[in-house]
Amino acid sequence: MTPDSILRFENVNLHFGDAPALVDVSFELKQGETRVVLGAAGSGKTTLLKCAIGLTRPDSGRILLFDREVTALKESQLFELRARVGVLFQEGGLFDSMTVAENVEYPLVNQAVHHAAIAHNGDLAERVREALRFVELEQTLDRFPSQLSGGMRRRVGIARAVVTEPALVLYDSPTAGLDPITANTIINLIIKERDLRNTAAIIVTYRYQDGHLVANFRYNPNSGHIEPAARIDDIPGGTPGGVEDPLKTEFLVMNEGRLVFEGSQEQLRASSDPYVRKFVK
Amino acid sequence: MAAVGEPALLDFLKTPVATFQDFVVLSGRAFGNIFRSPHYTDDIFLQMDVIGIGSLPIVMFIGLFSGLIMGLQSSRALATYGQQDQMGEILAFTLIRELGPVLVALLVAGRNASGIASEIGSMRVTEQIDAMRALGTDPIKKLVTPRLIATAVVLPLLTIIADFIGLLGGYFIAWSLFSMPASQYWTSVYQDLAFNDVVQGLVKPFAFAIIIALVGCFYGMRTTGGTQGVGRATTTAVVTSSMWIFVASYFIDLAILIFVNLR
Repeated sequence: MTPDSILRFENVNLHFGDAPALVDVSFELKQGETRVVLGAAGSGKTTLLKCAIGLTRPDSGRILLFDREVTALKESQLFELRARVGVLFQEGGLFDSMTVAENVEYPLVNQAVHHAAIAHNGDLAERVREALRFVELEQTLDRFPSQLSGGMRRRVGIARAVVTEPALVLYDSPTAGLDPITANTIINLIIKERDLRNTAAIIVTYRYQDGHLVANFRYNPNSGHIEPAARIDDIPGGTPGGVEDPLKTEFLVMNEGRLVFEGSQEQLRASSDPYVRKFVK
Repeated sequence: MAAVGEPALLDFLKTPVATFQDFVVLSGRAFGNIFRSPHYTDDIFLQMDVIGIGSLPIVMFIGLFSGLIMGLQSSRALATYGQQDQMGEILAFTLIRELGPVLVALLVAGRNASGIASEIGSMRVTEQIDAMRALGTDPIKKLVTPRLIATAVVLPLLTIIADFIGLLGGYFIAWSLFSMPASQYWTSVYQDLAFNDVVQGLVKPFAFAIIIALVGCFYGMRTTGGTQGVGRATTTAVVTSSMWIFVASYFIDLAILIFVNLR
């Protein structure tokens, strides 16, 4: 195993009753890399994410998260490991009995509960404010999730996922059910988070467009905007058509629990598999 | 063929046995967490408020009317034998031993087993339970154990209040029908009440509380199938906890008969 490995699946299998959810899934995610997981509803994308942090346990195979074997750990041991991962759930997964501020604060408070020894760098409230400023929702601190729109809930979800500055962020269908403009806002936030903190990410989606943006655009900290990434053909000696090196985005395509494709955007475009082709618009 | 036929014979037992096993596992973890930190004290007090203070008006109302009804019913029977002065005793027995605990538990099951199941069920279907686990919190510790502790503390207290108000109602009947003096009524209430009646009257709500909280949480936690599933979980929680309240009441009566009264 390479030292900068973040997450690694080795021949993971999982069945729900008779229905296969994951069939012999293997892949590896390294520091600073992004995987875009495409697939139809029920193809096992969400299950993949849940397995990665031990919310669901596979029938067989090994999953290594930060070099620790998730599949061999007890639930109580997993809590510490999960604290290093940010998760955005499908509908945001916000606690609707808590205000926006309490939701975003939750992972911080929780870390303090489990590791009383860890001193917080900076005031709790300030970190919450900062995370909400990141998703441009600072004004919603005292509102409840039910008072927010779907897109705003998703943004608060992102704030909660990244407030602890995790090394890996998992996004479960971040744009599902959103209008195209809001969906782009969400993807821009994902790009911004990746480029500012160099976090590894897995983005589960059924929209090829999301993956295209993530693979080809980057956040410019000077202008504060999302811009097309420089093409390697613009750089002397680069491979024609390739994208500048730091954007290490690869695509995975899932069909009925199987990984049917793994590779770069160019390879995805070139694929002749009829199922894979359905996602490339 | 026998090999195929035999397991099929017991197949119908598989689901209930597996369900009961899950229930035992959840109960074990919920009880185990009582002694393990972190403790979510705020959640315990919040639940006490929801279950205890929230149920107080209806519990007092039902207590009063069951006392009044029992008073009327027993007055007729007792008058036939000229034993009206025993009214306090009859009411004390029926209310404290059985009627108070069971009526209050059924009310709280209707109010709170359903409330618990629907709240946790909604959290389940909107992935809040998974979010909780992903953020490093044990949902059993954060959701189940506080509800268990809160119900177990509050239900005996609610029962005591209902019993007392029921006895007041009984006194109103005794006073209005037979002009019974207060001292006579309360003396007869007090005199024949043995220690084990009181114990029984408090052990029962304690046991019922455990049933209500755990059954509510259990069906909430295993909710699947969206909002429809939440409705199903809620109904099942109320029906199941009400059934178990009666079953538990019978076995507590039986145990007290065997271990206390027959000694």
